[in-house]
Amino acid sequence: MTTPVLSVRNLTVEIPTRAGLLKPVDGISYDIAAGEILGVVGESGAGKSMTGNAVIGLLDRPARIASGEIHVNGRRIDRLSRKELRRSRGKEIGMIFQDPLTSLNPLLTIGDQLTETISEHLDVSDGEAKARAIHALEEVGIPAARDRIDAYPHQFSGGMRQRVVIALALCAEPSLVIADEPTTALDVSVQAQITALLKRLCRERGMAVMLVTHDMGVIAETADRVAVMYAGRLAELGPVRDVITAPMHPYTDGLMQATPDASEGATRLRQIPGAMPRLGSLPPGCAFNPRCPYTQDRCCQDPPPTRDVTDGRAACWFPLTEHAAIPA
Amino acid sequence: MPLDQNADPLVSIRGLTRIFDVSKPLLNRIVERLPKRLLTAVSDVSFDVPERTTYALVGESGSGKSTIGKMVVGLLNPSEGEVEIEGINLASETDPDKIEQVRSDIQMIFQDPYASLNPRWRVRDIITEPVRIRGGETDGLAEKLLEQVGLSAVDAIKFPHEFSGGQRQRICVARALASEPKLIVADEPTSALDVSVQAQVLNLMSDLKDEFGLTYILISHDLTVVRHMADRIGVLYLGRLVEEASPDALFTDPKHPYTQMLIEAAPRMDGFGREIVPPEGEIPDPISPPPGCAYHPRCPIAVERCSQERPQLEWKGQSRVACFLAE
Amino acid sequence: MTDKTSDLPQPAAVQRPSRFKELWEADLVYNLRRSPVALVSLIVTLILILAAVLAPLIAPTNPFDPASLNLMNGFSPPGVPNAFTGETFLMGTDDQGRDVFSTILYGMRISLFVGVSAVIFAMVLGITLGLIAGYVGGWIETIIMRIADVQLTFPSILVAMLITGVAKGFTPPAYRDEVAIFVLILAIGLSDWVQFARVVRGATLVEKNKEYVQAARLIGRSGGGIMLRHILPNVLSPVLVIATISLALAIIAEATLSFLGVGAPPTQPSLGTLIRIGQGFLFSGEWWILFFPAVTLLGLALAVNLLGDWLRDALNPRLR
Repeated sequence: MTTPVLSVRNLTVEIPTRAGLLKPVDGISYDIAAGEILGVVGESGAGKSMTGNAVIGLLDRPARIASGEIHVNGRRIDRLSRKELRRSRGKEIGMIFQDPLTSLNPLLTIGDQLTETISEHLDVSDGEAKARAIHALEEVGIPAARDRIDAYPHQFSGGMRQRVVIALALCAEPSLVIADEPTTALDVSVQAQITALLKRLCRERGMAVMLVTHDMGVIAETADRVAVMYAGRLAELGPVRDVITAPMHPYTDGLMQATPDASEGATRLRQIPGAMPRLGSLPPGCAFNPRCPYTQDRCCQDPPPTRDVTDGRAACWFPLTEHAAIPA
Repeated sequence: MPLDQNADPLVSIRGLTRIFDVSKPLLNRIVERLPKRLLTAVSDVSFDVPERTTYALVGESGSGKSTIGKMVVGLLNPSEGEVEIEGINLASETDPDKIEQVRSDIQMIFQDPYASLNPRWRVRDIITEPVRIRGGETDGLAEKLLEQVGLSAVDAIKFPHEFSGGQRQRICVARALASEPKLIVADEPTSALDVSVQAQVLNLMSDLKDEFGLTYILISHDLTVVRHMADRIGVLYLGRLVEEASPDALFTDPKHPYTQMLIEAAPRMDGFGREIVPPEGEIPDPISPPPGCAYHPRCPIAVERCSQERPQLEWKGQSRVACFLAE
Repeated sequence: MTDKTSDLPQPAAVQRPSRFKELWEADLVYNLRRSPVALVSLIVTLILILAAVLAPLIAPTNPFDPASLNLMNGFSPPGVPNAFTGETFLMGTDDQGRDVFSTILYGMRISLFVGVSAVIFAMVLGITLGLIAGYVGGWIETIIMRIADVQLTFPSILVAMLITGVAKGFTPPAYRDEVAIFVLILAIGLSDWVQFARVVRGATLVEKNKEYVQAARLIGRSGGGIMLRHILPNVLSPVLVIATISLALAIIAEATLSFLGVGAPPTQPSLGTLIRIGQGFLFSGEWWILFFPAVTLLGLALAVNLLGDWLRDALNPRLR
């Protein structure tokens, strides 16, 4: 078996607070292979963005990686010094943020920002860096890239700006890209353009992509595999088609049912009762047990093991396929 | 325009237009010799909302949907055209009793549940404010409403920060119900919420509609959300209605190319590996919209005429469409 | 599913912690407990305020009662028995035999009274104008904020001197001493309202676009009602920070004015007046007449200022 581009093992992030130790990410393991898009889905507070930030070493203090290992291309990176980490960020790992406006420096032309990143990570001449910058812009579909390279971010529309952000994340040719809600701030029509672009680049370059989003529809259309997170833990991991059509974790199931679908008429939406518990007051046992329609005694006592949530497995004592007959 | 199929709509909107002055300050304009910059956010929008129905306004950013909502509730004055609620035009009515009557019949639910509740007030005071201000009786009102929206009576003494986003939105719904309104304008009521909580709030809203005989104007950027709630959907593009139809008609047989694009581009749960041809271009600058049909630069079927002449919204069967090429 | 009450069953009513425990655990108090500097400043400030308030009870003598003064006690060094009377004074005495410790306690009363009153005056004025400017906008805002801009171009001590001077010109000489304190309050307050107005206007501009304000407009609340009931409570925390730092500045401003001779009259000497009096004896060896009032002023201003700094950090959510 070839080495996966990203391999996360038992990653736990802790935040010490007055109320005690919070674990926004609790024992998560997954791999992403080259050319694969892993969707990480969950509601706000599920820890999906925190996972991405932990991988690139951008955790804000006092959050810290408490245990676990992160390997990129077989090299362990969670123990690297800040300097080494900064070098591998950008070169090995590219990052695409939600808000294209704040992820570009408004005072520099996009050409400057691109060439700076390129020269920092690749050993090329200034002219070569500029040529690469123009190429990067062309590749993300910015028309007249040669002329627009001297423009400032505010001269671009929202969708074009997100393309520039993608060009910036990809210009040093990283093997792993973490995209944190890359389309959430965009309109539907532009969202379709950006997801199509991401898919094409992933395929052409054989990059590994970690796509963090709350939108199941975007995951279904874009991702190859999906990791469902709930309250900092992995609920379910598997190929996207399996997870969406035959979810094993009751939370995944509820999430699917609650998502309004264009192909259905005016039916009443299935709802998951309650809300995700705050990290400081997780219930004992499975974190989903107060909202789960299938809760049994065991769910309220022991947390289901998250350690061996691998493809096609769910962190659930009573996965749905085994008792699918129980009516809601 | 024969809009009056139902004789007596609760809300009747005719030729509604709103122009914003987005010029720089006067001094800058004189020094820099800039012309005045006017943004037409809403342009000649007309529709009716019959009592006890849900009318949905759908559009992307810059479509003017929120501006229409604010004009309906009276937070903004129209530049042209009128909003009539129960036959009364708030902008021109002079009888204070009638104005008061209509005002208490309209309520609004906002998008951001974190900004729409005063953080320094207790929930009871927030919910009963619309009644208190008119000198009404408020004993036990907050508790009753809290239970009606699925919270508990003891929550009345708490502060907003003790609630999650979904619970706050329920409090907003309770406040909107307090003055026993007939019409509630909901501006993206669930777009700040998580999927599972969104379903709760949408279901709550449809239950309350049946229970209290409410009329909704639902504003959203998300066609799929709207499909579950609306009796009629109006699709907006750059401040104009481009299509209006019932949800089934709109989804099974969208007539305007823009509507078709919106439906096609929306991500689907069953769209595994779906490769769509991504839509062309982006929404143009509303300060200088394209001539003719505003959608023509992005439209795959546009013809010469589309760039010269603006299509009017016309009846095509049970729908209204603004497109020369619509069947 | 038909049930509407879909939220989690509420856990059985938890016992609310006692009032004291709640206060002890409150964020601000917790923050204070963990900041030694702030804690010391708070204690110093409280001791000084308490000492000033209770001056008549604590002070060994009443320095303003001519009957209790003995000129023979003049120029007693601190802690050394007087050569003529054998009395000992903790901080020595001045030329007229007044106990410096007592004059400091009484002087602090004046300083604090002027400082606190001036800040309250500036606060009320600044908040009112700031709220109106921010909420109403238009030309009213332009006028208020331009006045503020103009005032900011003058050093505030100059503004205060100007006001004091003008006020003195209008008061008959017989009443000058009586009104001097209030002129001082007016002068310092008027030179200080600008920062309150600016901060409140800024915060109001943010709050007024929030949806809860729109909701209040929608139900027909008047502009005044919205400003007072909705916006004001939400803009108070930055005001609190400025008020604390302003207090330190106001105390210093008062001392400066008094030192320059345009502030508190010699019949009601504040810390500034005492420093001015003491300054005359500095080079003749009676250092204590200047030294102790000056150190007290320094301690008071520093403690209040540090408290304000800490409060700013504690109330700023971004720094937490």
